[in-house]
Amino acid sequence: MTEHFEPEIVAFCCHYCAYGAADLAGSMRLNYPANVKIVKLPCTGKVDIIYLLKAFEDGADGAYVAGCLEGNCHFIDGNIKAKRRVARAKKLLDEIGIGGERLEMFNMSASMGPRFAEVAREMTERVRGLGPSPLRK
Amino acid sequence: MADKVGSVLVIGGGIGGIQTSLDLVESGLKVYLLERTHSIGGVMAQLDKTFPTNDCAMCTISPKLVECGQNLNIEIITNAELGSVAGKAGNFEVEIVKHARYIDDAKCTGCGVCAKSCPIDAIDEYNYGLCERRATYIRYPQAVPRAFGIDKDKCIGCGLCESLCLRDAVIYGDKEQVKKINVGSIILSTGFESFDPALKQDYGYGEYPNVVSSFEFERILSASGPYKGHIFRASDAKMPEKIAWIQCVGSRDRGVERPFCSSVCCTYAVKQAIIAKEHIREGLDTTIFYMDMRTYGKGFEQYFNRAKNEHGVRFVCSRIHTVDPGSDGNLKLVFSDDDGQLREEEFDMLVLSVGFKPTKNVEEFANRLGIKLNEYGFCKTSTFSPIETSRAGVYVAGAAQEPKDIPATVMEASGAAACAEALLAEAKGSQIVKKEYPPEKDVSGLKPRIGVFVCKCGINIAGVVDVPAVTEYAATLPDVAYAEYNLYTCSQDTQVRIKEIIEEKQLNRVIVASCTPRTHEPLFQDTIRLAGLNKYLFEMANVRDQCSWVHASNPEAATEKAKELIRMAVGRAAFLEPLHTIPMSVIRRALVIGGGVAGMNASLSLANQGFEVELVEHEPELGGNIRHIHFTLEGDKPQEYLNSLIEQVQAHKLISVHLESQVKKVSGHVGHFESEVRSKKLEVRKIEHGVVIVATGGVESKPIEYLYGKDDRVITQRELEEHLANSQSTIRNPHSVVMIQCVGSRNEERPYCSRICCTQAVKNALKLKEQNPDTQIYILYRDMRTYGFREEYYYQARKAGVIFIRYDEQAKPVVSNNGRLKVEVKDPILGADVVLQPDMVVLSVAIDSHLENENLAPLLKVTLDASKFFLEAHMKLRPVDFGSDGMFLCGLAHSPKLIEESIAQAQAAAGRAATILNKERVEAGGVVSCVEEKKCVACLTCIRMCPYDVPFINKAGVAEIEAVKCHGCGICASECPAKAIQLLHYRDPQVVAKVDAMFG
Repeated sequence: MTEHFEPEIVAFCCHYCAYGAADLAGSMRLNYPANVKIVKLPCTGKVDIIYLLKAFEDGADGAYVAGCLEGNCHFIDGNIKAKRRVARAKKLLDEIGIGGERLEMFNMSASMGPRFAEVAREMTERVRGLGPSPLRK
Repeated sequence: MADKVGSVLVIGGGIGGIQTSLDLVESGLKVYLLERTHSIGGVMAQLDKTFPTNDCAMCTISPKLVECGQNLNIEIITNAELGSVAGKAGNFEVEIVKHARYIDDAKCTGCGVCAKSCPIDAIDEYNYGLCERRATYIRYPQAVPRAFGIDKDKCIGCGLCESLCLRDAVIYGDKEQVKKINVGSIILSTGFESFDPALKQDYGYGEYPNVVSSFEFERILSASGPYKGHIFRASDAKMPEKIAWIQCVGSRDRGVERPFCSSVCCTYAVKQAIIAKEHIREGLDTTIFYMDMRTYGKGFEQYFNRAKNEHGVRFVCSRIHTVDPGSDGNLKLVFSDDDGQLREEEFDMLVLSVGFKPTKNVEEFANRLGIKLNEYGFCKTSTFSPIETSRAGVYVAGAAQEPKDIPATVMEASGAAACAEALLAEAKGSQIVKKEYPPEKDVSGLKPRIGVFVCKCGINIAGVVDVPAVTEYAATLPDVAYAEYNLYTCSQDTQVRIKEIIEEKQLNRVIVASCTPRTHEPLFQDTIRLAGLNKYLFEMANVRDQCSWVHASNPEAATEKAKELIRMAVGRAAFLEPLHTIPMSVIRRALVIGGGVAGMNASLSLANQGFEVELVEHEPELGGNIRHIHFTLEGDKPQEYLNSLIEQVQAHKLISVHLESQVKKVSGHVGHFESEVRSKKLEVRKIEHGVVIVATGGVESKPIEYLYGKDDRVITQRELEEHLANSQSTIRNPHSVVMIQCVGSRNEERPYCSRICCTQAVKNALKLKEQNPDTQIYILYRDMRTYGFREEYYYQARKAGVIFIRYDEQAKPVVSNNGRLKVEVKDPILGADVVLQPDMVVLSVAIDSHLENENLAPLLKVTLDASKFFLEAHMKLRPVDFGSDGMFLCGLAHSPKLIEESIAQAQAAAGRAATILNKERVEAGGVVSCVEEKKCVACLTCIRMCPYDVPFINKAGVAEIEAVKCHGCGICASECPAKAIQLLHYRDPQVVAKVDAMFG
């Protein structure tokens, strides 16, 4: 374990809200750690459980899914479906010893730039605390 | 007339102007969109959330801003005003005065270096002066056009921005320009201004720092606002624990010459209280002081009830007279409580719910345009032509006509587009520019050759990220055939260069590493398409908004991350495939269901645009509810109107009317539906059509209380109206009348407000008073909801001696019969029971949805709300569209509303429908889900999971998803247990490749 552990975190963001919030965080020049990298999808409803598990298999130390606020999904309820899948994946991660707390679901609107930055900080700190993923190459 | 011009001038770039522009270009008319400020978006772009769904305003408006900005046929002219107007409907000659912006918006890339270097601070109007901006500025981060401007009043001419701008876009010597254009029609969507609360001196605005206007509070709530979404009070930056709202500031107030109701403030105050409570979690105390809660719109009453019962917002019916300073920066209010007792209470912060007023210099503007204003300075229209101004060919939408909310504005915007389209039907398409593209290159079987273009964005990216190093790195990645960096990848000269390099290096995939795909992807996709590549062979890496701008303090980490983001884009790009859309021909005919005012207006509007209409009505005659309406508050004659409307419908050669008929079957999709209409004689007619408009109307409910049906002297408002209109009626002249409001509305059974009944009661009361001023009339009400300009008639009714008594839902009036009718009600002001003995009791009964809705909804596969009215696609921005493409709704089928609102909505539905009928073909496909038949086991998971009911099991026994119906969310693909479904452009290998590439 290195002393300055920099976790690698994947964020699956929906096009309409979370990706928009990430852009706004940029426009507002809000600083957050560079550990988070975004994969954009049309809707968090498209986040397949495989993508989440693959990220960890590849060596991610953490991952999160960020979608629209509940009740505001642009595809009606894709974010609710994503929430269920994230819960399932967390259980799986617990069972195989990686730890479900490395994965999380967040909801935000496109005007919540500060919230995007906060979530990036929060997850980076959380995963930093947990240390590198046992699967890390 | 051959000289009609196929273009429209839209004045005002708020949500109304944006919607009307988008509809017009879709229907084949060119648009000049004139905007007074530097950017479009209007007031909606300044709002935090929108009622009653609490959707983020920016989330909903920003895709429309971008769409407007990118449309080749919408010319946005900012910082401009209307000059002279000559000519007539069909061909106006208009002068537009474009004020100097001092930055060339065609050259400016919006990089913002100018504003960063500007040494001068100025008041930020976008944030209502709550913070400062620079003299060189952009109104807000998402502004369209994305270009800066200079506030010359503040600029000291230091020259810094000019010397730093790498695009030479700054023009200190910029001059006012006059542009002359010819347009066929003009649409006003100039909106409103908010009342200046300082004029209401007793409320201490401007004197006490913790008194703010509701518009300022909106910015305070906004996450991108002056306090980043934290609520602070100005005096001591303390988070408030008790906030009060005062309603009707500058509304319903003859003292400040604003006698009308501003219609939206009650619901926005409810919204602000709910959102404030969400912001300050630990027990924020919120109180709204109101005169009547006017939450009359669709879903608003339920929203108000949730605020009260679930969020604990306190509502006090009391007009506040004065605001006094309290202790410690607090504000002291004296009010009368529900029990009539005077109370004194202190609040940390006060929000004044300010009303609407006409825009500045509206008279001069109206003179130039040659249109009439009403007595309040809003644009004059009439009940039966709610969108037409007094000048032919000039239409109005939104708050320029009357204070109104976003859905009403959006509806009228689509309605105004329909009016202009009917006027200019033969000129459609004459001024529309279509881009010519070269044939597409076939890239199948070719090894990926990826080109990477890294943008410096002036210093926006290059100032933090080591762009040359990143470019060098990109060149080493697998499949990358070429990499370079540009000063501005989005500038016009770079587009030419990208095209040349695609040719020269034989590239078959392109990556741009710059800003966000949300604004720039279409530009680059267009560039590669011009070079013969399919637009889906493009990928972006966001190294500015999501890298250099947010990791400015750590350039090394930012450079590393930029490399990773490009590596991820390259990983995905190798797997990209061309996608094609399939053109599906459009049957240019509409099916309109319902022959009332809404259905007939929608039919006429479409027929006047040259489209065939099949109008289906289940009753033996056209007309619907308006057959029972005999007079209006404004003095119109509804029966004369109805007769002329029926005559026009029946005479129109493009409209076929099917009476005593019902729709029994609907299949197909947008552009090509096949329906069966069955007549009373059981004849079945098959109709092919491209769109459907649902206008099934509503019905007056039959009351079960207050002795209705048991005593002839208890009648409904509609029955009273029939008596009043009938000179033979025996009960035209009662001595005393009691009217009871909210009979069957706003209760458990029907939680909604029926919207029209307060206006109807005032109308009938005034009619009774007109016939005999000595008639005693009592109106027992819960909240008088005579919104907008209808407030004037409420005032007149009180002046005429009509007595209004408020009652509480918990203590409803009691009607009994001991020979004479007796009505008992508790008057909260007197605190005593009042006993009335009228000759007649008139019930203002609820509007029910039509029974037919429950049969029709499953046929159309559309949704009903809890009260069985049809549910629109989006309450704010798609108020007449269904979630399924090609289907629209209007009138009482949507929710209870007044005649003028039904007409406007019908025209809106026609305007939206025309955007489809105007096309010869609709394109299906692109990013849609697609089933691999071999893998499908027909488990029905996709059928259960699709939010739009698109998948079905076909004759082969496997799931099928019609490209033309798919919305492209991908939910089915990620739920399919057999992995038989893939969302194109987001196939599993394409997504996984991106994740894999992140880890090298």
